[in-house]
Amino acid sequence: MMLYFAWVREAIGADQETLTPPPTVETVADLLDWLAARSPNHAAALADRTAIRVALDQDFAQADTPIGTAQEVAIFPPITGG
Amino acid sequence: MQVRVQPEPFDTAAELAALSANRSDVGAIASFTGLVRADDGLTALTLEHYPGMTERQLAAIAAKAEARWPVLAGTVIHRHGRLVPGDAIVLVAIASPHRAAAFEACSFLMDWLKTKAPFWKAEEGPWGTRWVRAKATDDQAAQRW
Repeated sequence: MMLYFAWVREAIGADQETLTPPPTVETVADLLDWLAARSPNHAAALADRTAIRVALDQDFAQADTPIGTAQEVAIFPPITGG
Repeated sequence: MQVRVQPEPFDTAAELAALSANRSDVGAIASFTGLVRADDGLTALTLEHYPGMTERQLAAIAAKAEARWPVLAGTVIHRHGRLVPGDAIVLVAIASPHRAAAFEACSFLMDWLKTKAPFWKAEEGPWGTRWVRAKATDDQAAQRW
């Protein structure tokens, strides 16, 4: 399950998608590359990787973090709470 | 420590009073309340969050504070939804035997919350609606701990 928040959600045009990446997608960076190729909206949302944050099963992940067996992948901008 | 994520307003005075109710070991209560400011004609702020991860991250931050300072009781409340200038967004309140620990734990919680709790603010005003950009100074503030 992919979850999108804030302007990533708006740019992609959905708050979630159920997708199964191919086995070649091993890390967070691989996943973002694979997602960006899905549609022009995905490409636009993920164009600036410095403005993208990813959580795997609700824990922050880095570009080189393996996706492993994560069931819930969330993609969002840097947080602005408080 | 109590952690709540809610759209409803909170009563700061009641929350502070609850921290020392029916006990005599609390010597200091420090708190921070964050409010919506009407900068540049801002008319409303809408906070989106990631249900599940928000509570999980706040609980993790609270556990870190409890491991580091003598926290007798504490409350963290973060609102979501649409808020207007003057509305309270966030409350962090810490009860401790002494003031230094209360001040420090409170400040630590706010700095970490700003970089770890998945909330996003959209601002309404003369410009329409726009997403707030993250500040590098927030990351720096969290790094000092």
